[in-house]
Amino acid sequence: MSYFEFLGQYGDRIFSGTLITMALTVLSALLAVAIAVAAGLMRMAPNMAVRGLATVYIEIFRGTSLLVQLYWIFFVLPLFGITLEKFTAGFVAVGMNLGAYGAELVRGAILSVPKGQWEAALALNMSPAKRMIRVILPQAVLIMLPSWGNLLIELLKGTALVALISVADLMFQVKQINGTTFLSAQTFGTALIIYYVLARFMITPFMRWLERVMMRKMGRA
Amino acid sequence: MDTTDVSAFPLRLEGEATPMVSFKKVTKSYGSLVVLDSLDLDVAEGEMVTIIGPSGSGKTTVLRMLMTLETINGGVIYVDGEPLTHMPRGGGLVRADNRHMRKMRSKIGMCFQHFNLFPHMTALENCMEGPVHVLGLAKREARERAEELLAMVGMADKRDQHPSRLSGGQQQRVAIARALAMRPKVMLFDEVTSALDPEVIGEVTNVIRQLVAEHNLTMLMVTHQMGFAKDISDRICFFYGGRIEEQGSPDELFGNPRKERTQQFLSAVKEAT
Amino acid sequence: MFDWRWDFTFQILPRLIVATGNTLLAAGLGYAIAVVLGLALVLAQRTPFRPLTVVVREAVEFIRSTPLVLQIFFVFYVGPQFGIRLSPWTAGMIAIGLHYAAYLSEVYRGGLECVPKGQWEAAKSLNLSTARTYFRVILPQALPPSLAGMGNYLVGIFKDTPMLSVIGVAELMHTANAIGSETYRFLEPFTLVGIIFLCISLPTAALIRLFEAWVRRKLGMG
Repeated sequence: MSYFEFLGQYGDRIFSGTLITMALTVLSALLAVAIAVAAGLMRMAPNMAVRGLATVYIEIFRGTSLLVQLYWIFFVLPLFGITLEKFTAGFVAVGMNLGAYGAELVRGAILSVPKGQWEAALALNMSPAKRMIRVILPQAVLIMLPSWGNLLIELLKGTALVALISVADLMFQVKQINGTTFLSAQTFGTALIIYYVLARFMITPFMRWLERVMMRKMGRA
Repeated sequence: MDTTDVSAFPLRLEGEATPMVSFKKVTKSYGSLVVLDSLDLDVAEGEMVTIIGPSGSGKTTVLRMLMTLETINGGVIYVDGEPLTHMPRGGGLVRADNRHMRKMRSKIGMCFQHFNLFPHMTALENCMEGPVHVLGLAKREARERAEELLAMVGMADKRDQHPSRLSGGQQQRVAIARALAMRPKVMLFDEVTSALDPEVIGEVTNVIRQLVAEHNLTMLMVTHQMGFAKDISDRICFFYGGRIEEQGSPDELFGNPRKERTQQFLSAVKEAT
Repeated sequence: MFDWRWDFTFQILPRLIVATGNTLLAAGLGYAIAVVLGLALVLAQRTPFRPLTVVVREAVEFIRSTPLVLQIFFVFYVGPQFGIRLSPWTAGMIAIGLHYAAYLSEVYRGGLECVPKGQWEAAKSLNLSTARTYFRVILPQALPPSLAGMGNYLVGIFKDTPMLSVIGVAELMHTANAIGSETYRFLEPFTLVGIIFLCISLPTAALIRLFEAWVRRKLGMG
């Protein structure tokens, strides 16, 4: 079977798997950003309990494997009465895992906003919430955007693991096709190229574009 | 919460006018390092007081404490007849809570050595930020106010530029407009010319000169520009080792310093320039 | 806690501890491969032979942008298609070693970029050979700034070893899975795996930070 025949026969499945992978990536990215901002801010809260909660969350999710977390959420959580459908379990696990890494990016970026900015905002008598939202966060976003580019690629790669709980993503489809055809080089090779294209020709350009937009907003473009 | 006996730090209410700013036995230390040692300093309404002194003498700390950027370890600071760092409760004074601090902070404006303009906002937006989001002014009103002040500091034509497109002198002038837009009663200038190239210092000092000449603001300034300080100040305080070593009118202090340390400092500064 | 069975816990714990040994072995072997191969990858990118540098550069980008689990499948299944049979361990070590070699090569690159240009010029003025320049002058200076990244990826490779379970390497996750399908109890084995990972990765991360500080002090870099 030539490679073109292979694509003709299995292209549909690979394409539908790619769409699922993209959907997983977008959903888990949104979740990861939300968690990262929340946990990153909580990590800096004056209240010890709030800070402790965020620290425990971040350490647990960074200290164990995504695969362990995925299995735990999918197989163990139902025992506590929380049953997530496998697609949901998949993007929740990926989002929560990368969110913990993102939280450290958020915290680091906030801390690297120059101290003078806090002081100027205080001198204008802004409330703590206003200081954070109006002055510090916009600057922190620009500082952390490049690191988020890398993190989103890690997130895309992380979504491949949900195939192991049978979510029909790209990884799952090629694994199935390989199981019936044994055309491993074609199946896995195609998937590798698709992931590469998604990472380098979609996520990276998107993040560059976002950086440019933010830079322009800061008058630096 | 420790209660301070208010009678130990009385605010003078009869006789002369109530000072706009009053430090009563204010102490500040970091661990064993004493930055300010039982400081007493009154600044009258409309007065321009300049603080000079060697680095580490605690002069910037005075301004930062007034802006509540630093806490104090002892004593009381009064602004406009009310305690800044404390609030009256049960016959004594207790440490101010956030609400009280925010109320008091609205009386004070500050300009920094490194300008600290918000980089993600234009000059105009910088000047509108406080009036809109703190004072709750309507956008139109805040805009008018900001444009007026930017015109006053000679920055009207640059109002839509972001700070990164402005020179140091231009940024500092915007920062002055930003602080004035909050209509403070007391303005603090913390080494506002120290980070500037020599050729643009004049454009900032001229704005301050104009403020002194045309407005009845109470001002405290820390600077290394001795000539400028001499020209515009009502009073000069020479700080040394966390205390006021000597103070007086510019003519007295620069023309006829009495203390040896003042003489040493002034002659060292003169040699350097 | 909720339906937690201690007798079952203690019954499976020895099996999990043995499997932890395999996990550590996999992480250690994989890391050793990555450390050496990563150095080769970064040096290959610095040769004057342009086609080589371009190919290696692109390969590193490719490896870093695609999922490790897919690479593991690829290495394991593509061999037999062409008559080369690899054991799960061999395939796993190649895949994970290569993956982390790509990451480490980027860490080394960052470290090398920290070495001031003047050091190269000084070595040249002393007429040192290229190999000598690298091993005696440049690499010792590139190492300290690389340590933080190297440490992170040591913990990283450890946390990625569960992916080896997909091709049947009998590490921790694989064993927990096996226990789960034998006994239909997932709570204890999966939770224990999580705890074991935490118990190893958190102290390791802390130790690495200490080690890094020690090296910096040792080299007088404050």
